[in-house]
Amino acid sequence: MDPAILFEQVPDGDGTWIMSLASGLKYTLIIAALAWIIAFLLGSILGVMRTTENKWAVRVGNAYVELFRNIPLIVQFFVWYFVLPGLIPAVKTWVISLDPTTHQFVTAVVCLGLFTAARISEQVRSGIQALPRGQRMAGNAMGLTQAQTYRYILLPVAYRIVIPPMTSELMNLIKNTAVAFSIGLVELFFRTREMGELTFRYFEAFAAATLIYVVIAMIANRAMAFIEKRTAIPGFISGGTGGGGH
Amino acid sequence: MTELDFSVIKNSLPYLWKGLEYTLQLTVVAAIGGVIWGTLLAMARLSSNKFLSMAAAGYVNLMRSIPLLLVIFWFYFLSPVLLQWVSGMDRPPQIGADRSAYITFILFEGAYFCEIMRAGIQSISRGQVAAAYAVGLNYWQSMQLIILPQAFRNMLPVLLTQTIILFQDVSLVSLLNVTDFVGAASKIAQRDSRLVEMYLFVAAAYFIMCFGLSLLVKQLQKKIAIVR
Repeated sequence: MDPAILFEQVPDGDGTWIMSLASGLKYTLIIAALAWIIAFLLGSILGVMRTTENKWAVRVGNAYVELFRNIPLIVQFFVWYFVLPGLIPAVKTWVISLDPTTHQFVTAVVCLGLFTAARISEQVRSGIQALPRGQRMAGNAMGLTQAQTYRYILLPVAYRIVIPPMTSELMNLIKNTAVAFSIGLVELFFRTREMGELTFRYFEAFAAATLIYVVIAMIANRAMAFIEKRTAIPGFISGGTGGGGH
Repeated sequence: MTELDFSVIKNSLPYLWKGLEYTLQLTVVAAIGGVIWGTLLAMARLSSNKFLSMAAAGYVNLMRSIPLLLVIFWFYFLSPVLLQWVSGMDRPPQIGADRSAYITFILFEGAYFCEIMRAGIQSISRGQVAAAYAVGLNYWQSMQLIILPQAFRNMLPVLLTQTIILFQDVSLVSLLNVTDFVGAASKIAQRDSRLVEMYLFVAAAYFIMCFGLSLLVKQLQKKIAIVR
């Protein structure tokens, strides 16, 4: 084990191996951030749909979750990357006009976003269902519309309840970006393997990547704990009330 | 656009079946091995021995914070060294990615099964443990006869759901050129340039299998629930 390899030059191109890993990390984080936005918005809509009284909204939401949860992520990647352009000529024309890197990037963001949305919708649904039924009834009784009840009564508390499971989903998303390696996207895992293959120093390369992923997981964990603490309603949810009794 | 031609699937069914067989075999072995390893880890995490519980927690947290793909590649390179160390051979044995995957998945999924079993063990009321000690059972006896059977029963649906996830996770070994279900499909798809048909078929097949299995788990959950 000799970490000095990380500071040696990459054979073709400029910069050291550590810079190469860092550029992969940049892609990993950008993809995860964009996918998280899609997942959060779509997942919230689906989660809310599944708690309404509307039978069809519930069915559509459930069907979405079952579809995206029961197909392995790598197969979903292949479907978005190979099958979709092959099936729909318009997509094919568009994809050909893109450069390959952009195509991989868009595929990864869309695929991970829609995949994670199914999981977020599960969390949002369980958060809403964890609330006492009286909350919704009180909203109705006060004359709020259904949309207002969700916006002002149910969701503000439901989101706070599900921050811990959302943290795991965020970390899953960051880890899942590694699967984008399967369509050739140059993210952190791709760079790691490339370094191993070109230098035969697999041990150092994998150790460096492991360290980076562990550090990201720790940062994500801390960040979410901070958000949990900042958004806690004093005296309502146990996390972050900071002792109390005063 | 070229016409879809699903005859490629019919022609390659025996090969795809071989791939699926590998996937199923790896799933079953890793699930059994993972549950055993995970249960041991859970017992370690809950033990009063500080060193043991910290080591187990560190292992579980490490496994859970790195991508499975990275773990698969780690063990692909480390397995020969590990096996040499365990068996005391003179040189690292040659094992392919298809065999190192067994080690990978047992050790990786063990971390997830550990968290499930830990919740299971903690769901057993303290009185049960106290009663076991009161009738004179030692730690291993009370675990084996009193606590673990109940923990398994309580957690069976969750363990099976995790096994369905494991079944899907196995598909990642195809990136090490292993001929699992996805690997077999990829090879045919590339040989015959029939990516659209092949991947649609694989997606549909996984969906049917996993959705069916999750329905069965739901049924089972209702059936085995302990009436309290």
